Amino acid sequence: MGVNKTEEMVLNIGPQHPSTHGVLRLKVQTDGEIVTSVTPVIGYLHRCFEKHCENITYQQVIPFVDRCDYIASMNNDFGYVLAVEKLLGIEVPEKVEYIRVIMAEMNRIASHLLALGTFGLDVGAFTPFLYMFRDRERILDLFELTCGARLLYNYMWVGGLSHDIPVGFVEKTYEFLDYFEPQIDEYNNILTFNKIFIERTADVGILPVDVAINFGVTGPNLRGSGLRWDLRKDETYSIYDRFDFNVPVGQGIKGSVGDSWDRYWVRVEEMRECVKIIRQALDMMPRDGDVKAAVPKRIRPPQGAIYSRSETPRGELGFYILSDGKPKPFRLKMRSPAFTALSVLSEISQGWMISDVLAILGSLDIVLGEIDR
Amino acid sequence: MTITWLIEWVNDSWLGFLGLPGAFILAVIIAGLAIFGLVAVHAIVAVYVERKVAAFMQDRIGPMGQGPGLHAGKWGLLQTVADALKLLVKEDIIPAAADRKLFVLAPFILFLGAFIAFVALPFSESLVLADFNVGLFYILAVSSFGVIGLILAGWASNNKWSLYGAMRSAAQIISYEIPAAISLIAVILLVGSLNMQAITSAQSGTVWGILPNWFVFQNPFTFMAFFIYFIAGIAETNRTPFDIPEAESELVAGFHTEYSGMRWAFFFLSEYANMFIVCGVAVVVFLGGWQSPIPGLMTGRIWGLFWFMGKVVFLVLIMMWIRWTFPRLRVDQLMNVSWKVLLPLAFFNLFGAGIWSLWLD
Repeated sequence: MGVNKTEEMVLNIGPQHPSTHGVLRLKVQTDGEIVTSVTPVIGYLHRCFEKHCENITYQQVIPFVDRCDYIASMNNDFGYVLAVEKLLGIEVPEKVEYIRVIMAEMNRIASHLLALGTFGLDVGAFTPFLYMFRDRERILDLFELTCGARLLYNYMWVGGLSHDIPVGFVEKTYEFLDYFEPQIDEYNNILTFNKIFIERTADVGILPVDVAINFGVTGPNLRGSGLRWDLRKDETYSIYDRFDFNVPVGQGIKGSVGDSWDRYWVRVEEMRECVKIIRQALDMMPRDGDVKAAVPKRIRPPQGAIYSRSETPRGELGFYILSDGKPKPFRLKMRSPAFTALSVLSEISQGWMISDVLAILGSLDIVLGEIDR
Repeated sequence: MTITWLIEWVNDSWLGFLGLPGAFILAVIIAGLAIFGLVAVHAIVAVYVERKVAAFMQDRIGPMGQGPGLHAGKWGLLQTVADALKLLVKEDIIPAAADRKLFVLAPFILFLGAFIAFVALPFSESLVLADFNVGLFYILAVSSFGVIGLILAGWASNNKWSLYGAMRSAAQIISYEIPAAISLIAVILLVGSLNMQAITSAQSGTVWGILPNWFVFQNPFTFMAFFIYFIAGIAETNRTPFDIPEAESELVAGFHTEYSGMRWAFFFLSEYANMFIVCGVAVVVFLGGWQSPIPGLMTGRIWGLFWFMGKVVFLVLIMMWIRWTFPRLRVDQLMNVSWKVLLPLAFFNLFGAGIWSLWLD
């Protein structure tokens, strides 16, 4: 009998597929169940964000930023307003800083809950997903209480906030944190330490730290590979230097460092750190102050360029703004963390099975709105 | 109430003019309709229960339509009925690239495999359609018939996802039938018969004075055999954590991706019918069939039916519980579980059961 070399099959995963986290298309070369190469095809959600920004004022950009990473709008707003404030040289009031940190960290929890839940869904666990959504709902309720929106907030303005926090927000947030912390153990019981889940994710899709750095992967994906790099700690912005929190990194507890389980675990641990930060911020926050005190009437930054970066739930979000002294940015470039995370997919998913590719994709936690912009 | 009884009953009634062949055909039609009714009602109830169980496990309330009329009913009780009606009137789509004949044939073959297995299930002391001497063997044989339907569906759809689903399910079902069958042989050794009623009768009385004399309690080997069979059974019905043939997040919907309307409903129907068969066999072989858990209490024809159905529903609920708790295995891990864990265990079990039966004699 001669050697039977079977033909490789091209499988199109997406753009309409239950687990591509948006409208992503993956061109997958398969040899039976084994994947020989993966090519992500993006652009199905392209909305000309960057070009659009050249025709609108700095304030008007904020709702567009919301729609980039729609899972973590607060963090995106935060990154953008930090950039514009750096360009303008505005100092914002204490209270605004605290509220921004609280909102950003709450949104980080909400975003991680979604990431973990959909990751569970990708490996076939349906129930944890709904547990996480149940708790995410509480955060969205708090956001709704504050600014009326549940997904796209437009809450952080250049120099301030659109609304002050409402009466009772602080108590409700404490209540939520007390409720939420034990829930993390529940997620661990049902999903994280489930034997099948560990079998599916540990040692799967290992992202070595040097590959991660070469591809520019940041955020929980980079920390999952074992590098302690968090802009909140290492290039501290806003008032993050006042809080006491740890930066969890992947240690290869169930497999090797940098596997899908580690990336998942970093997010679980990060939620605990977020709770810590929110508690401290709520304790330290000045109770009165005008959140719109430093909001400029009109924004006309001086000529020049600025690059500002911040840590979103997906990693390093950078804004490069080129100003020609007009009320509209001459050029705005966004460095999106999910884009680099997706670019590493084809590197780490070769030789795995189709099911693993989707698990790896889930563990990278991408948001297509941010990739395509 | 076997099929022979039914034939005689028809022959003795005013329909006697039909003669024996006519009575035979009529009896078969009556029995077939009865089984189909059972399968359909079971599917409708089980889908409702599954949705409610899943909802309660996930901190939701599930289907909750209210008010009179066909609009789902109170507590969503009519939800699955409404769904079934919707499926009946849905447009029947056959993809242009599909192999039409096989595409149409596949759901029926799959359903047939589950459907004809019901013939040998003893629902009660006297309620079994065909009480023949190779009952258990027959059920195992015909329930593996369904996999042909799956492969046909996957191939005929001419869709890559369907093909993957079909190939996976073929590998999976064939692999898991072996440990399932071998774990059942452990019991057959002890009973010395493949007749379903004989297996049930062998489990009357008590063991150690308190527990019912069911095979799951009789000795350590049959106890283990029950779990091997049940795990393999879950895999044979393609349910989580072994649902890789229709893994939603990977294969969209696996082998039934291209099916819609009533054809799709037949896949669904046979999944639930298969669950019933697997649990029914587990009940008959390991859990005393129609026998009461407390010997002597509430026995009789009607109670027998009650106990049998009760035990089947109990196992079906456990299947649902498992489904909504666990993630899904990968295809190679699934094969490992079957060939490297369950199969050696089942063989060891068979060996142990053999020694046990010799030692007892």
